[in-house]
Amino acid sequence: MDKLIEFIQQPWPWWVSGPLITFTMFSLLYFGKSFGVSTNFKTACNLLGAGKVSNFFKFDWRDQLWNLIFIGGTIIGGFIAAHYLTPSQAVAISPATIADLKAIGIASPGSSYVPEEIFGSENRWSLRSMVFLLGGGFLVGFGTRYANGCTSGHAISGLSNLQKWSLVAVIGFFIGGLAMTHFFLPLLMKL
Amino acid sequence: MGILFGIILSKGEIISWFRIQEMFRFQSFHMFGVIGSAVVFGIITIQFIKRKKLRDSAGTLITVSTQDPGYARNLIGGTIFGLGWAITGACPGPLFILMGHQGWFFVLAIAGAILGTFSYGLIEKKLPH
Repeated sequence: MDKLIEFIQQPWPWWVSGPLITFTMFSLLYFGKSFGVSTNFKTACNLLGAGKVSNFFKFDWRDQLWNLIFIGGTIIGGFIAAHYLTPSQAVAISPATIADLKAIGIASPGSSYVPEEIFGSENRWSLRSMVFLLGGGFLVGFGTRYANGCTSGHAISGLSNLQKWSLVAVIGFFIGGLAMTHFFLPLLMKL
Repeated sequence: MGILFGIILSKGEIISWFRIQEMFRFQSFHMFGVIGSAVVFGIITIQFIKRKKLRDSAGTLITVSTQDPGYARNLIGGTIFGLGWAITGACPGPLFILMGHQGWFFVLAIAGAILGTFSYGLIEKKLPH
């Protein structure tokens, strides 16, 4: 039992996380639902009244209630993991990444899940943080709706279903991600 | 289920900004391992579901929805999302999980996302798909 607890408290290897994600998708399918988190942003718009301004948001949010509960659960899951299952916040990322990130202004990459410089308590109200959080969030919300899916919908569900368009979407994810990481991030870090 | 998903992604470090950076720099197998193994198992699972014509808890035949076609919508939308993914270090699932994990202030990112989704809804008809 102790060994199990010890194992759970370590960061989980990819070959545990990956299949467990598949299990999540399977469970949702079993309950007659689909695996797609980005839809919740659309539901939020609907709940906030967006249906009045655009037909795109006209639907019955109650159809998506299960999805809202799902993400509510994920918030709780994150909380449980952080407070009960993860004694150390450090992430063992590769030395190459550490070096790259130090070069653009992050003092101790990997010492916690997210960089202090952007999200830490003294820094989070800075212009840079706002750009990262609000701006980044905006891009995520806009892009996922345009492509009609995020990693859960396209990368996992779509690819598992051998959908060619999901592959196109995932290629898009990478084009964007690579462009941001290699071109824009160093610039944004200077904000 | 949500709680489990939150724990899985947290423990798998998928919600870590640093892991995402690693992934976009191709400096570690971790994230590719996660997504890759999830997809491999996913393909097997869905094939199994289809061949056995499995039914869900309500008795209906399980169908996995197909994706919308179109290079523009998937490539451009995907790219925009990717830009956001690299900067926040999180895709939608992790954004919510991070709220529980790191703190409520991630709600700003979620607010941004809702704004983004809303903006898309407004101009959607004018965009190529």
